[in-house]
Amino acid sequence: MRYLPLTEADRRAMLAIVGAKTVDELFRDVPASAQLKAPLDLPASMGEIEVERSLARLAVKNLSAAAAPSFLGAGAYRHHVPAAVDYLVQRGEFLTSYTPYQPEIAQGTLQSLFEFQTQVALIADMDVANASLYDGATATAEAVMMANRITRRHKAILAGDLHPHYRETVETYGRFNGFDTIARKPVLEGKDDLVALIDGTISCVVVQNPGFFGELRDWTALADACHRAGALLIVAVTEIVSLGLVKPPGAMDADIVAAEGQSLGNALDFGGPYLGLFATRDKFVRQIPGRLAGQTVDAEGRRGFVLTLSAREQHIRREKATSNICTNSGLCALAFSIHMALLGEAGFTRLAELNHAKAVALAERLARIDGVRLVNDSFFNEFTLRLPRPAAPLVESLAAKGLLAGVPVSRLLPGPEFADLLLVAVTELTTDADIDTLEAALREMLR
Amino acid sequence: MSDWSKAVSGFSAQAQSGGHGLDIEEPLIFEEDGPGRSGVDLPPVPKFADRLGGLRRQGKIGLPGLSEPQVVRHYTRLSQKNYSIDTGIYPLGSCTMKHNPRLNEKLARLPGFAELHPLQPMASVQGALELMDLLAHWLKTITGMTAIAMSPAAGAHGEICGMMCIKAALEARGERRARVLVPESAHGTNPATAATCGYAVDPIPADERGRVDLAALKAKLGPDVAAIMLTNPNTCGLFEDQSPAIAEVVHGAGAFFYLDGANLNALLGRVRPGDLGVDCMHLNLHKTFSTPHGGGGPGSGPVALAPSLARFAPLPWLVHDGENFGLVEHKDGAAADALGRIKAFHGQMGMFVRALAFLMSHGGDGLRQVSGDAVLNANYLLASLKDVITPSFTGLSMHEVLFDDRFLGETGVTTLDFAKALIDEGYHPMTMYFPLIVHGALLVEPTENESKESLDRFIASMRDLAQRAAQHDAAFFQSAPHYAPRRRLDEVAAARKPVLRWRAKAPPHAAE
Repeated sequence: MRYLPLTEADRRAMLAIVGAKTVDELFRDVPASAQLKAPLDLPASMGEIEVERSLARLAVKNLSAAAAPSFLGAGAYRHHVPAAVDYLVQRGEFLTSYTPYQPEIAQGTLQSLFEFQTQVALIADMDVANASLYDGATATAEAVMMANRITRRHKAILAGDLHPHYRETVETYGRFNGFDTIARKPVLEGKDDLVALIDGTISCVVVQNPGFFGELRDWTALADACHRAGALLIVAVTEIVSLGLVKPPGAMDADIVAAEGQSLGNALDFGGPYLGLFATRDKFVRQIPGRLAGQTVDAEGRRGFVLTLSAREQHIRREKATSNICTNSGLCALAFSIHMALLGEAGFTRLAELNHAKAVALAERLARIDGVRLVNDSFFNEFTLRLPRPAAPLVESLAAKGLLAGVPVSRLLPGPEFADLLLVAVTELTTDADIDTLEAALREMLR
Repeated sequence: MSDWSKAVSGFSAQAQSGGHGLDIEEPLIFEEDGPGRSGVDLPPVPKFADRLGGLRRQGKIGLPGLSEPQVVRHYTRLSQKNYSIDTGIYPLGSCTMKHNPRLNEKLARLPGFAELHPLQPMASVQGALELMDLLAHWLKTITGMTAIAMSPAAGAHGEICGMMCIKAALEARGERRARVLVPESAHGTNPATAATCGYAVDPIPADERGRVDLAALKAKLGPDVAAIMLTNPNTCGLFEDQSPAIAEVVHGAGAFFYLDGANLNALLGRVRPGDLGVDCMHLNLHKTFSTPHGGGGPGSGPVALAPSLARFAPLPWLVHDGENFGLVEHKDGAAADALGRIKAFHGQMGMFVRALAFLMSHGGDGLRQVSGDAVLNANYLLASLKDVITPSFTGLSMHEVLFDDRFLGETGVTTLDFAKALIDEGYHPMTMYFPLIVHGALLVEPTENESKESLDRFIASMRDLAQRAAQHDAAFFQSAPHYAPRRRLDEVAAARKPVLRWRAKAPPHAAE
C-alpha cells in the first residue's frame, strides 16, 4: 500500500523491541468480544489509476456549472478564482499544517490570518474579525449566541429575508441552546416593521443585506432602535463581493457581521467547505467565538503573531467557553485572503461593479418578457423574478437542456406563495451569450 | 549558563534584512500597498445606471494594491515559515496528522465535483449524491452503525449534532435530563458542546490505570443524566477496556452513549464502535481519513447514529427511491422529527471526495493495516523512550503515547521548554499539557505514515534532549527555539493588549 512505509522486516524489528510477536498482540487491551472476527465487507485496496477512474465516473454524471450557463446563487456563487490562489493554497506548508499551536514554526499561517482578519474588518467596516467559522449560517448562529451572552437576554428576531438555511440553522441552535427565535415571514411587497417588534426582552435582530431575495436595505434606523432597547443588530451577508460596491454593515451601525466568504477564492464544491466570516466591535472582543490571531513580539523584539485571547476557548475554558468551536476554515480563509490580496482595492471595487453591471443588464432584459415581473426595487448581483407559472419544473426542464437558470425559491421556502418565484444571479463569469441564452429560453418556455 | 548558550546569546544569526538564509523576513500585505495596483485584470465595466437603491459604498475600503508576482512571493515566503506534515513528523496527539495524498486534491478539483452548485436540480447532481451515499456506506461499515448524518462541518460541529440528536430523543420520550458525564481526560470540545446544548457537565475521574473509573461512573449515573461523552481509545492512548460495561450501565440508566471519534484511527478494521453499544459518534474526516488540516480547517465531522437516534438526524437527508438519489430538505413526512438544519447546504463535499479517495485507496484490507501500523509505531516509540521519558501508564499504548514531566524532575526544564527544544531539532512538538489528568503531559501520535527510519531519527533527538535535560542544562531549553523563524513569542502581551488587525497610521477615512 503506497501510503504505508513499514516493510515486513521493519515490523518484525519493531515488534522485537516492543516485545510482541504480532501486530494483533498489540491490541490485547481490547476485549476479545469487541474485536472483529471477519474482515470488513469493503473492497480491497486500489492504485491511483483505479481510484481516479472510479471517482471520475461519478464526476461526469453531474452537470458542472462550468459547463453550462449558470445563474445560480442563493448563498453560493461561482466567481472566477485566479490561478495563483489554488497554486498557493496547495503549497504543502499551508495545506498540511494544523492549527498554529507552536507559533515559532507557524508564522506563515498566523501572519496570513492576521492579514485575513484585517481584510474582513475593512470590507465589513467593523473593528475586528476572527480567524473564520464554518460557514455563513453557523456564523449567524454563533452571532446570536454571542448577542445573548452580551445582553443576557434570550430572544432573537430573524428578518423575513434572512436566507432560509441561515434561519433554520439559528432555529436549530436556539431549540437546543435554549433561546427563542421570532422568525418573520418573508415580505416581498413593502417592508416588515421590525422596529415595532423590539422590546427590552430582545437580544438581537438578524437581518441580511443584500436580502435573500436580493433587495438592498439601509438598516441604520433599525440599528438605532436596537441600541435604544439594549439589543444588538446582526447583519448577515451571503454575497461578500457586494461589499465592494454596497454600503457596508459597519456604516449602518451593525454590532456583529456574520457572512459567507465562499465567493472569494473558493469553489462552489456542492455547498462546502465554505467560509464563515465574523466581525464585530472592539468592545465585544472577549465574547467572540473561534480563533483570533494577534500581533506580539518575540524574545528578540521582532514582530510576530500568535493565537490570542484563548481564555475564551474550549481547550482552556471547557464548559465555560464562548463556543465549542475548535478549528476554523483555515484553508478557505487563506484562499479568500490571497484572492483579496490579488484584487486589492481597485480590483475588488471593479469586481463588484462588473457583477452589478451585468445584473442590471440582465434584469432589464428579463423584465421585458411577457408575464415576467422583477420583484426588486434594488439589488446587487441577484434578484427575484415572479414568473407566470411555477419556477421549479421550469428550472428542471432547462437543466435537462444544459442551462442552470436560477434557484426556484420553493427549493428553500415551500408554500404556494413562493412557487412562482425564481432567484437569478450573475457574476463576472456570466457572458453576454449566457444572458442571450437565458432570455431566449425563458421566452420560449413562457410563450 | 552553559558555554553554548553564552555563545548563542552574543551571536546574531540574522542578516541586515532580518532574514536567515531561506527564511526571509516578509512584511504585511498592507505595507506593500501601491494604490491602484491589482493582481487581477478584469474586463472593463460596461456603463450602468446603478440599482443600489442609494446604498453605494462611500470612501476608500483600505485594501492594499499588489501585483501577482508580489502576492505569489508574499505567500510563498509565508509558507516557508510553517512546519507541515510534508516537512516532517507532526506528532500532535489526538490530532492524527497523517499524510495527505495528492490524488485526493486532484480528484476534489474535478469540475464535476468542485463546480457543482448546491442548489442545482437533483437530476443534475446524481453523481455527487451517489458519492455521498458511497462514502456513507464506507463509514457505516467501518463504524458498524446504521445511519449517518453527513452535514456537520467539523468534529466539534459533529459533537453538537450528536448531542442535539440525543436531547431530541430524550424530549421525544418526554424527559428533560440535566447532566452530561464527561471524563476528565476528554477534549475541551466535549464539555463545551454539552454546555452549548444546555447541559451541566459532570466530570468523571480516571482510575489509576488511566481509564474511566467505573465505580465513580455508576455513582454519578441517575435519572437526570442524558449521556456520557467518551473518547475511545481515550486521550491517554489507552483503550477503554470496560467499554461494554460502560454501555450497559449507561443504557441501564436510560442515558445515551456518545463516542468522540477523534481516535478512530486506532480501531479501523478491528473494532466497530456500533458493537460496543455506542449510540452516536462523530468521525473526523480530517484526522482519520486524511483530508488536509489546512492550518486549522476546514474539517468535516459526519455523525454515525444508532436506530434510536436516526430519525432525529439533521436535514438534509440523502435518500434513494430505487431509481434516483434525492435530498429531503424540509421537515415533513418521514423527516418530521428531524433536527432541522445545522448549517447551510449539504455538508463538506470537497472533504467527502478526498475521504472517499483515501478509503478506496486503502480498501478494507489497507484500513486494518493503517490501525496496525499506527499502533505499532506508537508502541515502538514507547518502548524506545520509556527508559528516559516517563510514560504516564504502564503497559501497551494504542495509536498514541502519553508521557508526563516526571522525567524532568528538578532539572528546571518544563514540558514547554522541552517541546521548544524539539523545534530546534527540526520537529513539530507533540501535544503539550493535554490531557489534564497527568502533570506536564506530552502526548505523541506518530500515525501509520512514519517510516522506521523517521521514527529512529525522532527517537534519537528525544533521547538526546532527555539526556541533556538530565544534565541540568536548563538555560539551553529555556531559550529554545533558537533556529525557528521566531524565538519565543510573548503571548501574555498579546492577550493583555490585543492587536487583532493592522491599522493605517492615518485611518483611510481621515482623508475624506
